[in-house]
Amino acid sequence: MSMLLRSWQGTGALILCLVALARLPLLSPEASAPFGSGTTAMILLLVVVGALASFLRMQEAALAGILFVAAHFTAWLLIAGLSGNEGQANLSFFLLVAACWLLGWRCISVLAEIRPKTGGASTALRLLIPAIFGAWVLILWEAITRGAGVPFILLPPPSAIWERIIGSVSILAADVRQTIFKAVLFGYAVGCAAGFIVAILADRVAFLRRGLLPIGNLMSALPIIGVAPIMVMWFGFDWQSKAAVVIVMTFFPMLVNTVAGLGASGAMERDLMRSYASDYWQTLIKLRLPAAMPFIFNALKINSTLALIGAIVAEFFGTPIVGMGFRISTEIGRMNVDMVWAEIAVAAVIGSVFYGVIALAERATTFWHPSNRGG
Amino acid sequence: MTEPLSSRVLPVLTIIGVIIAVWYAAAIWMNAPFQRDLDRRANVTSTTMEFIGKTLSQPKPVVPAPHQVARNFFENTFLRNVTSNRSLVYHSWVTLSSTLAGFASGTLLGILIAVGIVHVKALDRSLMPWIIASQTVPILAIAPMVVVVLAAINVTGLIPKALISTYLSFFPVAVGMVKGLRSPELMHLDLMRTYNSSTWQTFWKLRVPASLPFLFTSMKVAVAASLVGAIVGELPTGAAAGIGSKLLAGSYYSQTIDMWSALIAGSVLAAILVTIVGIGSRIVDRRMGVKPT
Repeated sequence: MSMLLRSWQGTGALILCLVALARLPLLSPEASAPFGSGTTAMILLLVVVGALASFLRMQEAALAGILFVAAHFTAWLLIAGLSGNEGQANLSFFLLVAACWLLGWRCISVLAEIRPKTGGASTALRLLIPAIFGAWVLILWEAITRGAGVPFILLPPPSAIWERIIGSVSILAADVRQTIFKAVLFGYAVGCAAGFIVAILADRVAFLRRGLLPIGNLMSALPIIGVAPIMVMWFGFDWQSKAAVVIVMTFFPMLVNTVAGLGASGAMERDLMRSYASDYWQTLIKLRLPAAMPFIFNALKINSTLALIGAIVAEFFGTPIVGMGFRISTEIGRMNVDMVWAEIAVAAVIGSVFYGVIALAERATTFWHPSNRGG
Repeated sequence: MTEPLSSRVLPVLTIIGVIIAVWYAAAIWMNAPFQRDLDRRANVTSTTMEFIGKTLSQPKPVVPAPHQVARNFFENTFLRNVTSNRSLVYHSWVTLSSTLAGFASGTLLGILIAVGIVHVKALDRSLMPWIIASQTVPILAIAPMVVVVLAAINVTGLIPKALISTYLSFFPVAVGMVKGLRSPELMHLDLMRTYNSSTWQTFWKLRVPASLPFLFTSMKVAVAASLVGAIVGELPTGAAAGIGSKLLAGSYYSQTIDMWSALIAGSVLAAILVTIVGIGSRIVDRRMGVKPT
């Protein structure tokens, strides 16, 4: 067994470093605050050390640690050096960013190969790897937008969006209260409950099921979002019309999935329930609903995204002067793109939290399902 | 549980009948206050039947009656010149073109991502959670912004809408294909190994055929999603044509009948697209020798 590993990312990083060295300086000559020669040397040194380390056969955790520090500290140095010099980065700057990115990639590859022995370490790893990946999306975004001076309107850098979020917490909070806590939660709860109840009815009455299911399947493929203007016309500009859109959008996925789930319990188990002389409701509650849970949770997850989309898009058709959709459409008109991105970031976080809560609830209720066991 | 077709026709027709009846009732009930107002101003007293007849024939009703929508839909689809600005065929075509462009690139992107995830472990661990997270971003909500921002750098027309459709349609395909490419059993994979086949050969001869049913199932979802993306992409910025712009114009000028028939045009489009994918799936199934069940 040789002492060296093959690491194409390391090779790539070294080559990029060499080219970058030949094409110094990092910033164009007009830059007001150029990199000091010490900083430049430090950056190059860190990248080279990281790249060389990636060839050595050593303990994976140690290697990942070295790579992590080398890649991220260098990236931080590079981006910190940009302040005051927006849009004046040279080719060598981007080459070094790319070299850091390769080291980060290598770090992820190394981490992905680790087989942790304890459950805690495995969970930490499962969170760490995507976190590094996400961090690199942000780093590249920041470096490219600020380094190349991408017009602010086209794509503001993440740091500006973050500043905007911090600076307008009160506006964002009011919008979230209007859109999420009034329209989305109400509509989501009512829509899902209605879908569930109708599904039970359809299950009880075979005639209804045969009639509703094809229609439900068709409806869940239709662009239901189009009813938004109609609902705004019927229920007025305030949150009730948005809740109505959300109800219509969430109803059909819930209906179709619940009906499918109620058919999921095995014939053997149903026969067993019959041999216990259990009536329809006992079979439903003790056997068929638990068996339908994975399907119901699937619908809840799909609906969590649909509900957000429905409420925000419905606000494009008319709102009181508060709400996330309202803010997005007016701030685009004023070309305040950073505010739009701030709303999107908030919506994304809320959407993820919403999804995460449902996923946790699913784990708690359907712990018996094969997809939640083992692994 | 697939019942024979005949046992499904009657229930479906009954439900549709009930829906239409409820629709008429709602139209009469919701349009009545305005009609009563009109009658009082014109000093007309009408019998109940006349009154109901009038509520069902208002030019800009709150709830248009089914026959009004049907007439409008029929006129704008079959009686107009297809290049006319009022023809629904024209608007549907505009929406369809960006839907198809977005759907094609979204499917391609989804397949590429799935191939990457199945073959590169680092991608599997790092990318998969973000793909799921990407769908919790209400991207439709920023569809208008994408369109406006791209218009600011002179990218207009088809591409911005197609981009939104791409974003919406890559996800179902990527997730479905990852499942599909991983669906071959261990036994089959082992068999390929005993044949000393390369990763490439295993991919083409085993993984791809095994993944096709998954691909078509997810393509049905994706094509519906990309239609929604295209329609919402047309909402802002006063896009000149397309089902979305028709909806928006209808809502500005309260031309409810136009709005409803645009909505129906969108639904018909969605149904046609899903059916085409379904037929494609059946053809491929037959070619691969799947026995019809």
